[in-house]
Amino acid sequence: MLEIRDLHARIGTTEILNGITLSVNAGEVHAIMGPNGSGKSTLAQVLAGRDTYEVTNGSVLYNGKDLLDMDPEERAREGLFLAFQYPVEIPGVSNTYFLKSALNAIRKHRGLDDLDAVEFLQLVKEKMRLVQLDETLLSRPVNEGFSGGEKKRNEIFHMAVLEPKLAILDETDSGLDIDALRIVADGVNKLRRKDNAVIVVTHYQRLLNYIVPDFVHVMVDGHIAKSGGKELALTLEERGYDWLKEDVEPMSVHA
Amino acid sequence: MSTETNTIEELANQEYKWGFVTDIEADEAPKGLSEGTVRFISEKKKEPEWLLEWRLKAFRHWLTMTEPRWPNVRYSLIDYQDIIYYSAPKPKKELKSLSEVDPELLKTYEKLGISLQEQERLSGVAVDAVFDSVSVATTFREKLMELGIVFCSFSEAVQHHPDLVRKHLGSVVPANDNFFAALNSAVFSDGSFCYIPKGVRCPMELSTYFRINAANTGQFERTLIVAEADSYVSYLEGCTAPMRDKNQLHAAVVELIAAGDNAQIKYSTVQNWYPGDKEGRGGIYNFVTKRGKCIGKNSKISWTQVETGSAITWKYPSVLLQGDDSVGEFYSVAVVNNYQQADTGTKMIHIGKNTRSTIVSKGISAGRGQNSYRGLVNVKKGATNARNFSQCDSLLLGDKCGAHTFPYIEVKNTTSKVEHEASTSKIGEDQIFYCKQRGLSTEDAVNLIVNGFCKEVFRELPMEFAVEAQKLLGVSLEGSVG
Repeated sequence: MLEIRDLHARIGTTEILNGITLSVNAGEVHAIMGPNGSGKSTLAQVLAGRDTYEVTNGSVLYNGKDLLDMDPEERAREGLFLAFQYPVEIPGVSNTYFLKSALNAIRKHRGLDDLDAVEFLQLVKEKMRLVQLDETLLSRPVNEGFSGGEKKRNEIFHMAVLEPKLAILDETDSGLDIDALRIVADGVNKLRRKDNAVIVVTHYQRLLNYIVPDFVHVMVDGHIAKSGGKELALTLEERGYDWLKEDVEPMSVHA
Repeated sequence: MSTETNTIEELANQEYKWGFVTDIEADEAPKGLSEGTVRFISEKKKEPEWLLEWRLKAFRHWLTMTEPRWPNVRYSLIDYQDIIYYSAPKPKKELKSLSEVDPELLKTYEKLGISLQEQERLSGVAVDAVFDSVSVATTFREKLMELGIVFCSFSEAVQHHPDLVRKHLGSVVPANDNFFAALNSAVFSDGSFCYIPKGVRCPMELSTYFRINAANTGQFERTLIVAEADSYVSYLEGCTAPMRDKNQLHAAVVELIAAGDNAQIKYSTVQNWYPGDKEGRGGIYNFVTKRGKCIGKNSKISWTQVETGSAITWKYPSVLLQGDDSVGEFYSVAVVNNYQQADTGTKMIHIGKNTRSTIVSKGISAGRGQNSYRGLVNVKKGATNARNFSQCDSLLLGDKCGAHTFPYIEVKNTTSKVEHEASTSKIGEDQIFYCKQRGLSTEDAVNLIVNGFCKEVFRELPMEFAVEAQKLLGVSLEGSVG
């Protein structure tokens, strides 16, 4: 589904991604961990098409297509979804209206008719239960005045409605209390299918107790320093990231 | 600079896709302005002596005045002797079908959701007998007549309801009120007159009628609306369709009078005149005086405006709150793009007790546009328990435009309560990226964000107009139309 090869990206003159190589297949859950500033969120943003970052080298194939050649909205319509670390407020635009516009834009791209108001409402009601979203958040402006937890839950709600093929969750666990964490993770688990994949970007092992990954990758200084199974996350919980930094120091000299 | 900012600029740099239509044959006055011109106009309109005198008085006063320079807009001085002040419009060459109309124009109509029938009328196509606009208009008028509502052109009102006109003309905006109002008073060509008798609720938005009839009202328009006790009227001015006009200077005067207790007037405007080209050449100067007076107890006047056109806009729809418990409202969306300039706002003058006013102003600046809000809240000594709430929000698209706010507050009564809130924000790359990540195009994203920003104003517009206004905003800010 996703083939990242030797991906380099920078912001201004600062290199942030230094050669990422990663394969994600349908049905898999990958966790990307790493210390602050290691480039985890940058990777998520670059995959979603944020142009603050300049891709200087490497390639990304998404379902056989050149992902880097697509506009952000095209990526979204092709089924790539980013749950934002900091969801954005759009005053005056109701959450439902926003979501309906988004869903219909995606459906149009896939040659489907718009959902009418009734069909859409049914879909929304069903998906709302998945993340136990308060109904009042539907009619309120997108993310405006939402609590931190509500914003994160709303992201997963968007994901549930838009049914992406590849979902990237960028620190969706940050700022969530344990109950909210469980609800969000439950929602994500219910959305897991054989034909979709999830990349979970996180600082902490905590979330991975609920969303159990098939693979864990540790990013340090803009590349993947170590990959392994779900037990790697536990090792990190015990030992932290420093041992990996020492490990990779000689490598970055080579680079 | 990022692509998103560039895209916003592209959007902002959209050109007005339709030019001027200049091939209008007209019955014109000679160029220039003198007492002779004023007499010429008055005679053309077969006006009574008192009205000629009123015009002449205004003209003589105008001669003593100078053009105001205080608005935050820049333009070279107008040569008032280089203007034709009277030009009776003759019908344009009739087209046989819409296929003869500029396809770009049709595209715009379509985007605005204007019906085929109306597209035909707007572009000057001969309409078939079933939808003959004259007969439709006549039907409306008859229906209104049964209720005692007078709704006609200003000229007709002068002929058929001279007492009403004489009683109210200039009672809110005196002929010597300001430079442009004096000019209008001297040379106004035509406009609308509306009278709602006591206890009558006007059963229709006075829009359909207006849109069918007033395509050519000329550059010095005069509108007078009078509502008696316990009456209600909602009046829609303008049109979301692009207005072509060969006159550069527009100086209209609108007077609203909520004469009796509980009278209510709701006045909505959508203005989409030629804004000039991308370099700021040409475009309409829209210097308008609009004012309402709440005389009756518990009467109410509400202004709602959506301004997207004109090179320069200079207008302050105001309310004099004279009657106790009277209410004044001002809801405004003003969009400037390219080199457009707008200096607009309102005045709420609290005179009576328990008077209340609400001001909601939304300014959107794009391109190199400059948008100023200028407002006065004046609470007089006798206005016990007066209340005002003002909210002025500015939205910037790109980094070459400007937003300015000039709020004036004068309070002479200590029991009053005046609140003012203001904000300036930029459409963030974050917001656009968020929308795009959910599958929306940049244009749809900007549209969504801008319409969200204007929501409080749009919901004050009558339903059909609100939908059109939203689309209009999209078209005004759209980059690659068509």
